[in-house]
Amino acid sequence: MPVTDVQHDLDNLTLTITADFAAPVERIWQVYADPRQLEMVWGPPTYPATVVDHDLRPGGRVTYYMTGPEGDKHAGYWLVTAVDEPRSLSFDDGFADLDFNPRPELPVSRNVYTFTEHNGGTRATYVGNYESAEALQQVLDMGVVEGATLAINQIDAAVAS
Amino acid sequence: MGEESSDRADALFHALADRTRRDILRRVLAGEHSVSALAANYDMSFAAVQKHVAVLEKAGLLTKRRSGREQLASGDVAAVRSVASMLTELEQVWRGRIARIDRLITPDPDQED
Repeated sequence: MPVTDVQHDLDNLTLTITADFAAPVERIWQVYADPRQLEMVWGPPTYPATVVDHDLRPGGRVTYYMTGPEGDKHAGYWLVTAVDEPRSLSFDDGFADLDFNPRPELPVSRNVYTFTEHNGGTRATYVGNYESAEALQQVLDMGVVEGATLAINQIDAAVAS
Repeated sequence: MGEESSDRADALFHALADRTRRDILRRVLAGEHSVSALAANYDMSFAAVQKHVAVLEKAGLLTKRRSGREQLASGDVAAVRSVASMLTELEQVWRGRIARIDRLITPDPDQED
């Protein structure tokens, strides 16, 4: 497992995950810069993602939807706030309607992804921050089926291994 | 851990220890299903599926209601997530993404996907 560290900051409602990948920084950047690769990693197998718009420049938007097992679609968007290719990417991640209009009544998370060279590979640091516990709760409620399904799939994987 | 929560953990793990029950739970988490519609998915008797549904219900993972002659089952999302805190839940989503990136960047000619 490439994850090397996880920090839960309950006071600031921030999740920080560090992962080491056996590939150069440019290769990890590509995963985010190429919409076809991004959609392969963004959604779990049960909720595959489809990236529609992809403008990875400050002020640009990335839009996507995820398709559930019943054909249900859930749309979201990134508003890109800062880009330092290939080292870091900052964006606000929010919910959208199926025409990709942001749903302002739903919470937005602030995300900073950083990629640095480490032992010939890449150390990736993912930081996500929520405004309030209520916002975090809401995000989880929206993605709760996905989360619960993932949890069950992990049990499946554990049983199979 | 008190005896009551131990009993509850036993029921939870027992319920999730069966492949068919996990599959049923996945379906009813995505939306309400009638027990007969669920039964149609498996190569087993209606009574056997009904028994699996009852185990999930006893563990508090699923709730049932009646609608006419049908029994409708839906997954109790809150019960499934009660074991984890919110950030832990989010962590799982992120870990999933990281694992997929790792697979994507690792050349493996023997495996598709």
